[in-house]
Amino acid sequence: MIIELGHYALVLALATALIQSVLPLVGVRRGDRALVELAGSAAIVSFLLVTFSFAVLTFAYVTSDFSVRNVWENSHSLKPLIYKISGVWGNHEGSMLLWLLILAFFSALVASFGRNLPETLKANVLAVQAWIAAAFTLFILLTSNPFARLVPAPGEGRDLNPVLQDIGLAIHPPLLYLGYVGFSVCFSFAIAALIEGRIDAAWARWVRPWALAAWTCLTAGIAMGSYWAYYELGWGGWWFWDPVENASFMPWLAGTALLHSALVMEKREALKIWTVLLAILTFSLSLLGTFLVRSGVLTSVHAFATDPTRGVFILAILVVFIGGALSLFAFRASHLKSGGLFAPISREGALVLNNLILTTATATVLTGTLYPLVLEALTGDKISVGAPFFNMTFGLLMLPLLFAVPFGPLLAWKRGDLAAAAQRLFVAVGAGLLFAAAVYYARNGGPVLAVLGIGLGVYLILGSITDVALRSGFGGVAGAVAFRRFLGLPRSAFGTALAHVGLGVTLIGIVAVTAYETETVVEMKPGMLVDAGGYSLRFDGMRQGRGPNYTEDTGHFTVSRGGVKVTEIWSSKRLYSARRMPTTEAGIRTFGLSQLYVSLGDEITGGGIVVRIWWKPLILCIWGGALVMMAAGIVSLSDRRLRVGAPSRATKTARLVAGAAE
Amino acid sequence: MTRKQKRLAIIGGGVGFLTAAVLLVMFAFSQAVAYFYVPGDLAKADLAPNTRIRLGGLVEAGSVKRGDGKTVTFSVTDTLATVPVTYTGILPDLFREGQGVVAEGAFVAGSPVFVADTVLAKHDETYMPKDVADRLKAQGVTLGGKENIR
Repeated sequence: MIIELGHYALVLALATALIQSVLPLVGVRRGDRALVELAGSAAIVSFLLVTFSFAVLTFAYVTSDFSVRNVWENSHSLKPLIYKISGVWGNHEGSMLLWLLILAFFSALVASFGRNLPETLKANVLAVQAWIAAAFTLFILLTSNPFARLVPAPGEGRDLNPVLQDIGLAIHPPLLYLGYVGFSVCFSFAIAALIEGRIDAAWARWVRPWALAAWTCLTAGIAMGSYWAYYELGWGGWWFWDPVENASFMPWLAGTALLHSALVMEKREALKIWTVLLAILTFSLSLLGTFLVRSGVLTSVHAFATDPTRGVFILAILVVFIGGALSLFAFRASHLKSGGLFAPISREGALVLNNLILTTATATVLTGTLYPLVLEALTGDKISVGAPFFNMTFGLLMLPLLFAVPFGPLLAWKRGDLAAAAQRLFVAVGAGLLFAAAVYYARNGGPVLAVLGIGLGVYLILGSITDVALRSGFGGVAGAVAFRRFLGLPRSAFGTALAHVGLGVTLIGIVAVTAYETETVVEMKPGMLVDAGGYSLRFDGMRQGRGPNYTEDTGHFTVSRGGVKVTEIWSSKRLYSARRMPTTEAGIRTFGLSQLYVSLGDEITGGGIVVRIWWKPLILCIWGGALVMMAAGIVSLSDRRLRVGAPSRATKTARLVAGAAE
Repeated sequence: MTRKQKRLAIIGGGVGFLTAAVLLVMFAFSQAVAYFYVPGDLAKADLAPNTRIRLGGLVEAGSVKRGDGKTVTFSVTDTLATVPVTYTGILPDLFREGQGVVAEGAFVAGSPVFVADTVLAKHDETYMPKDVADRLKAQGVTLGGKENIR
């Protein structure tokens, strides 16, 4: 009964979305306040309905109600509670419901926190949000109903794919969706602006917090997913350029560009049309990602659901929304007045460079991701586009950006002085080169490119701090004064510096792991020693164990350094009983920022086992940098200007009126 | 600089960068991309030695042999032809005889043995790489169970 209620709530949510997508627009046209205000309440009702629906599905999972087909397919009564809950979104249907829930959540946020938005803009934004919600609710109800029943109800479920029974999966998709779907708000703002035919700096101020929030969550989601793949799949890789990863990375790149261009628009009223286009493109890439992952056009570890009817349906949504948005853009963009001139060497110029490089890099990732699909459709040839392609294109294209990053904040708006900025970065450049030389010396040579890469990372970190340090006057004025000034700097300045520092930290991690990791594949018998990263691992033997829904063989290793025992590592292979599926649970130990990573292979006759041991130097920097970027997003979000200064369109008019009265 | 010159500088820079990107992508497509083959296609393909390809098919039953522990040899078949493969390292969890597999690597000059540096068997016991399933189906191999093709 409760299941049917959940289903019914979803149908009601569709009806609400349909109302919300039409009536507020009519209200704006006719100047009918009641209809305009309907948008907000409809958004909140919609959110409550979808939440109820989601809660019902979660309830079915928690109580292991196998009469629900979706629960039977993806759950098992013996599964630990946390994975029963996370299993809700560990499959196609539930994951789409989560997508919808987060969309409804963002609409509700706009409805409740958008109080300083002009009524009509808010109504338009919420109406556009409702178009998206209606399309996806329809998709769920027609092709991916999570509430379908099974008669008779089976006694036991088929269990969740064991690879997905992990705390990483509990967190990764919700975060990723918060990011991906969060960009829908930017999209809706862009469409609303195009409908109204009016756009100004205030628009950028309203959009930026949403873009920032979505970007922060997406950063966290991607980093989490990368770490999950690293420790769960047992291959020791942290990024595979898998199409599904690209699907989340492309909105991130475009979103990063959007954050920067919205800055220009907010401060200088320039790049208006471009920013609107970027807002549309970013969410379009999110939709494309949803299509790639959910339609099953890809062959990939992540594609755990496939059905052609679904593919066509999402493709239709994709075409209608992206095509519609771009047509609207083509029709209305000329109505938007651009303004704000600037010299090529200026803060604006630097941000344009950032946008140029980021969008070009996004385009290459897009090409590499879609090309195999297009080629196969056209010629039947099958190719795999992997890391070599992306390193050659994306890697090279991003390189100039990494050099340019510290320059941006040091250039003045309108007209900047490149030589002066370079002079201020003298310390950062020097320190980077010095560090590179030190690494070169310490490692007795080694790949020059890697050494330079690490130097570049150090330069990025110091160069990003330079702006904050100079603005607070460190070195110029007395320490106490500088410190007071430092505390008085706007949060957004810290946000900028932190985000760029994070980029540098991630870069160092990537370079160090790529250049200096060591991998040893060796057949080990109990008592045998292997060296890795300055540590010595002794294999002590195998032990059998059993978990709630699996059995496992665990290898025990003692790690020592210079003859002294440091720690132990357990690495295991599990066999999940319900699906008869083996998984590798790699043994990982952290030493500072580096890790030892041990995964087990097959047992060999005679008591030995094949063991793969990696030394991953500074690998934690990769995700640590992402954490710093996330923190940067949160710091920027907390900047007062984003909240207090937001209704500047209204105040500007008020001031004009006041000025005229005087 | 005049307004016109500023605009020219920005547009010129943009177009230059985009051109470089397009050339780079085209170069990368000609260099860094691996084509997919099943054993039956190899005779027609006429590959130069050391060309990186992906070889897909089924792991032939009874063909898996472990050498000195780390090196494994097995055969990949699409029932029309069979190719011997060597691989050093740890096979993925789901590598099994009779199951679908994709090996990435190259043929060394003068040898019929395919030297793989990556072996993929995806994380699902009923999973068969889509490429393999398509080709096998085209060649009339029946796959057991409707869920084999995901």
